[in-house]
Amino acid sequence: MMFAITPHVRRKQRHETIAKWVFFGMAASMIVPLVLIIGYLVERAWPSLSLGFLIDVPARGMKEGGVWPALVGTIYLVVLSLAVSAPVGVLAAVYLNEYARDNWFNRIINLAVINLAGVPSIVHALFGLGAFVYAARFGYSIISASLTLAIMTLPVIIASTREALASVPRTFREACWNVGATRWQTIKAVVLPNSISGILTGIILQVSRAAGETAPIMFTGAVFFKAVQKGDFFPYRLHEQCMALSMHLYTLSTQVPGVKESVPFATAVLLLGAVILVNATAIILRGYLRARKKW
Amino acid sequence: MTCTPTIAVRDLRLAYGQKEAIRGISFEILRNEIFGIIGPAQSGKTSLLHCLNRTIDFTPEARVSGSIRVDGEDVRQTRNIFALRRKIGMVAPLPVGLPLSIYDNVAFAPRCAGMRRRSELEAIVEQCLRQAALWDEVKDRLDSLGTKLSGGQQQRLTIARALSHQPEILCLDEFSIAIDPVTTMRIEDVLKELRRSMTIILVTNLTQQARRLADRTLFLWKGRIVELDHTDIIFSGKPANRQTYEYVNGIFG
Ligand SMILES: Nc1ncnc2c1ncn2[C@@H]1O[C@H](COP(=O)(O)OP(=O)(O)OP(=O)(O)O)[C@@H](O)[C@H]1O
Ligand SMILES: [Mg+2]
Repeated sequence: MMFAITPHVRRKQRHETIAKWVFFGMAASMIVPLVLIIGYLVERAWPSLSLGFLIDVPARGMKEGGVWPALVGTIYLVVLSLAVSAPVGVLAAVYLNEYARDNWFNRIINLAVINLAGVPSIVHALFGLGAFVYAARFGYSIISASLTLAIMTLPVIIASTREALASVPRTFREACWNVGATRWQTIKAVVLPNSISGILTGIILQVSRAAGETAPIMFTGAVFFKAVQKGDFFPYRLHEQCMALSMHLYTLSTQVPGVKESVPFATAVLLLGAVILVNATAIILRGYLRARKKW
Repeated sequence: MTCTPTIAVRDLRLAYGQKEAIRGISFEILRNEIFGIIGPAQSGKTSLLHCLNRTIDFTPEARVSGSIRVDGEDVRQTRNIFALRRKIGMVAPLPVGLPLSIYDNVAFAPRCAGMRRRSELEAIVEQCLRQAALWDEVKDRLDSLGTKLSGGQQQRLTIARALSHQPEILCLDEFSIAIDPVTTMRIEDVLKELRRSMTIILVTNLTQQARRLADRTLFLWKGRIVELDHTDIIFSGKPANRQTYEYVNGIFG
């Protein structure tokens, strides 16, 4: 009999089953911490969770009330920083991946990008303080904080964009060059349209990073408290300081005595919720763009 | 067939880093002839074509010396390599449908050259797809993706794209490895038709294909020319060189 199950085959099948379940268990265990964290936070934050918390301003020396000014401030910082780092990062990545020859200068650029991606955020903070607050004379301001966040997110955006560009097969480029297309015509017609999902995902993931970091903005433009009208969408000028969620959470948990216990937890829930929302957007967007993928 | 050379190669050498791929070859290709190039794997056939349309520029470690003149102009000195590449249609061995619609695949090159008029583009698309023996199969779905065609259809799409910039010289690098014999024959008929208006360089591993189509055949081996002569003589059983005889008769050691 050709397809008989020998003991050897049976043993192999058993190993296969065990391996599959062990690997599945490891992967599934990733859900546990996330569920626990969210469950714990929501439970502690429950008394404060309401729409009012979102749109109210802090009251009674930040002991009560909502987080509106911090929420708006975070949006300001994230939008401004990515408005700088996304275009610069994408264009730099296009240069490095599509144009750069392998010479010492481009190797230095590559090295710089890789190393910048590994610099801790506190170092970015000190750099931002020196470069933007003092040297460029932007002072403690939204501009300085956004630029610092931009410097922090830039190398990661470059790296993720390069990866997306590199995933477009070289044969497509060669086919374009063969018919007399310039590099730019090739990039425009074939490379960018087919890497855009990866590029956008990389950028969106940096939104949550920019929103979550405390150190870079604490040194350059975020403040503990700023009086803001409830529901005011444009409370800040760019050369002023602003509040931010990550900073607010830090302040509430360490600097404000007698704060209602559920308030910092509610802030954390909001921050986490925003991150999950942004990441989910990235996944959906990627799925949508992938579905239109062309090969 | 007139006897003016359209391509003149003089002492061409090419090395990838330390590795020599072409070791000093000289020959001429005449206008409106079908010029066959045969030779075993790694003999430098594809590399030669890359030198011809300067796509060798995209391989940084490649070093070229010698000269290739196309209609008197040295391609290694030319200012406008995009015009050069448009003058030379190139069909790579593996079919590449660009991730664009079938229409855009063919209209891509004319658009890159600056053509914008819809009527002109449509005329070119239809003409090239007809020449590549693909029109009847795709005329009702020109806006579907080129990458979703079958391998053989994509190869004909590649040929249509190579014709779309109205080249004077058409290079085919083992064009038939992805297509069935019937389609191959149809394209071979197309080539016989096209030679009236252009020069064709046919690189092939199927020596019989060179025998069927080529006016003259060049046998390349390890980056050197073993023999270049009229196809009849190469396949006559009495070529000047014994290696040629052995190769075309499949007793190459
Ligand atoms: N990009 C490259 N980098 C380094 N070496 C290369 C490169 N392309 C080709 N070569 C080398 O150059 C030599 C000639 O290769 P080429 O592709 O021109 O051969 P070929 O005659 O087209 O072979 P085949 O019939 O297999 O297509 C080979 O030894 C190959 O390994
Ligand atoms: Mg080859």
